[in-house]
Amino acid sequence: MLGKDLLGLYDAAQEDILSILDTAAGMKKLLTQNLKKLPHLQGRTVTTLFYENSTRTRCSFELAAKYLGAGTVNISASSSSVQKGETLIDTGKTLDAMKNDVIVIRHPMGGAPRLLAKNVRASVINGGDGMNEHPTQALLDFYTMREKFGSFKGLKVAILGDIKHSRVAKSNLFGLTKLGAEVVMFSPATLMPQGIDRMGAKIAHSREEALAGANVVMGLRIQLERMHGGLFPSLSEYAQYYGVSEEHLKYADKDCIVMHPGPVNRGVEFTTGVIDGGNSEINEQVLNGVAVRMALLFLLCKNRQGGSENA
Amino acid sequence: MRKLLIKGGTVVFSDCVKEADILTENGKIVKIAKNITDAKAETVDAAGLTVFPGFIDMHVHLREPGFEYKEDIASGSAAAVAGGFSQVCCMPNTDPVCDNAAVVGYIVARAKEVGLCKVHPIGAITKGEKGETLAEMGKMKAAGAVAVSDDGRPVMNARIMRLAMEYASDFGLVCLSHCEDKDLVDGGVVNEGYNSTLAGLKGIPRAAEEIMLAREIILAETLGKCVHICHVSTKGGVQLLREAKARGVRVTAETCPHYFTLTDDVVTGFDANTKVNPPIREAEDVEAIKEGLKDGTLDCIVTDHAPHHVDEKNVEYNLAAFGISGIETSFALSYTHLVRGGVLSLCELADRMSAAPARILSLEGGAIEEGAVADLAIADLNEKFVIDSKKFRSKGKNTPFDGAEVYGRVKYTIVDGEIKFRA
Repeated sequence: MLGKDLLGLYDAAQEDILSILDTAAGMKKLLTQNLKKLPHLQGRTVTTLFYENSTRTRCSFELAAKYLGAGTVNISASSSSVQKGETLIDTGKTLDAMKNDVIVIRHPMGGAPRLLAKNVRASVINGGDGMNEHPTQALLDFYTMREKFGSFKGLKVAILGDIKHSRVAKSNLFGLTKLGAEVVMFSPATLMPQGIDRMGAKIAHSREEALAGANVVMGLRIQLERMHGGLFPSLSEYAQYYGVSEEHLKYADKDCIVMHPGPVNRGVEFTTGVIDGGNSEINEQVLNGVAVRMALLFLLCKNRQGGSENA
Repeated sequence: MRKLLIKGGTVVFSDCVKEADILTENGKIVKIAKNITDAKAETVDAAGLTVFPGFIDMHVHLREPGFEYKEDIASGSAAAVAGGFSQVCCMPNTDPVCDNAAVVGYIVARAKEVGLCKVHPIGAITKGEKGETLAEMGKMKAAGAVAVSDDGRPVMNARIMRLAMEYASDFGLVCLSHCEDKDLVDGGVVNEGYNSTLAGLKGIPRAAEEIMLAREIILAETLGKCVHICHVSTKGGVQLLREAKARGVRVTAETCPHYFTLTDDVVTGFDANTKVNPPIREAEDVEAIKEGLKDGTLDCIVTDHAPHHVDEKNVEYNLAAFGISGIETSFALSYTHLVRGGVLSLCELADRMSAAPARILSLEGGAIEEGAVADLAIADLNEKFVIDSKKFRSKGKNTPFDGAEVYGRVKYTIVDGEIKFRA
């Protein structure tokens, strides 16, 4: 049973993941009919509390809440009391006092959503915390995979890029292993975290090995700051030895789908031919993201009904 | 003529444990025998209790001057005696830094006013703990400093550390080295490994500790000087020390209870009370630390008592301060995990918690014998209790051991023949 919060997929049960995906299917149907004034969350408020820059996740949550009829508030660390030194817990309690129902938090530090959740009455959704988890991104990835392949059993998912700093890779790994898919990872050794193999990932030693027979080819964003930190020498060298071109895609299953959490560095993780090619689901992922977040907001708020939010 | 008679206790001597009465007079142990009677002496009934030499913690942070909101000499001293400690050595990362005779003198004077345990300041190795120029070690020693250290801010420049070892030896001072290569740490907050990846917290590789530890061994060996390694936390560190000691290098080392009782599984709950530097490591390290304590590779147990305000811990893990408030739990944790755990004998525990630090820093105390200073810790080894940080005398309630069940309650702490703590 989904609880008050969604903090990560490490602790999530398989049936919770599936119930979110099932609910999201209904939401997507409504979305594709262009029904964007739904009553599900009327009288609820959803606050996005972002301590890191984001366009797609934040916008996706905000639209998901709005489409379901909730009121929304957006707080950025740069324009809030955080600038004046307010602690995370105090910010959360302030929102509680205003009768806010859901906080979607993005934070550069792992564990911050859990700290917040422990200290507020509102439901907390992790919108990405440091190198820890990004559960809603993984859920929309799962939705996209299931829509295409119907099931996760035996699916080979290749994840390529900066695994070490990627909360997306970890949430995908935690969820996909629960759902029965196989996860293969590939990155420069400097961007591969310790112990990830013991969490169920297979570590590939070449791009070809990672891609061989893959049903899903997922690229992760390479951040420029990692290059400046000396973790790899240059974007062009990265693209040459670790990036995926249409040529490399031939190693994967011919019906594979190409995914990326965005924003993409064209010509680095993937060539433009891959990004815009026939296998790409990158734009569909964005639509699915709204549906999945609608589903999650709906389910969490439903849990709150009769709960203590009006206490 | 102040007299104290400890009657009926089981006494932990350096080489045996047996029942004996202890008579003290004017701060010294004057007689150890069975069935002593002395009508003029105040009597402590120690029947069923165990008498240790007063514990000595050569690595604590008392925070005064400058950070009295975390701890001060009065609260830290009260916590120390509640933990069975008759002597503590306090690190110089205060504000101002304890890098000159005036601050050393202030701490000595404040501790005397407080009058609970003996407090020995540790002077900084470099001015301002900046790692650039040597602090006035001679003058600090004259004012009461017993060692030098830039604890918490490792001396990154090997040349400065070399000069420090050489110069400190002129005054009979030992350099206590907090081994941490800052470049390798690179903002890490927990041990690098499975659990850092699982929690998405930046890891601190063991190499960050071991590389500097190896550097200190090499410097001490080539110079023929002595060095003491602070809070050893890794298996590799124990191995380096064992090999160095076998070669005759003048190196000593300490570890802390959290390194032989916890694994980094505890960090995945993001409780900032588990955040400490060096970080809590893995099971194989815990085993190696225990072996090191057993065979003497690790000379002593310290607490690295690092009290912090609750506001510095009840924040995001990355933002939380490093450190554990440990002085009130050290004995029970050590007794429970090491003695009851079958690693050390009572005599060995007394050595690691009292005699060894006295040897390393040339302090009085560390043994129960006639003529010795009357510093004693008396404990009930059979009393089981649950650690409750709310009951700490320390201002710092930051412990990962809250709720842990342990054995070994300190009942009395005696300093210079006076009862300074009574449970």
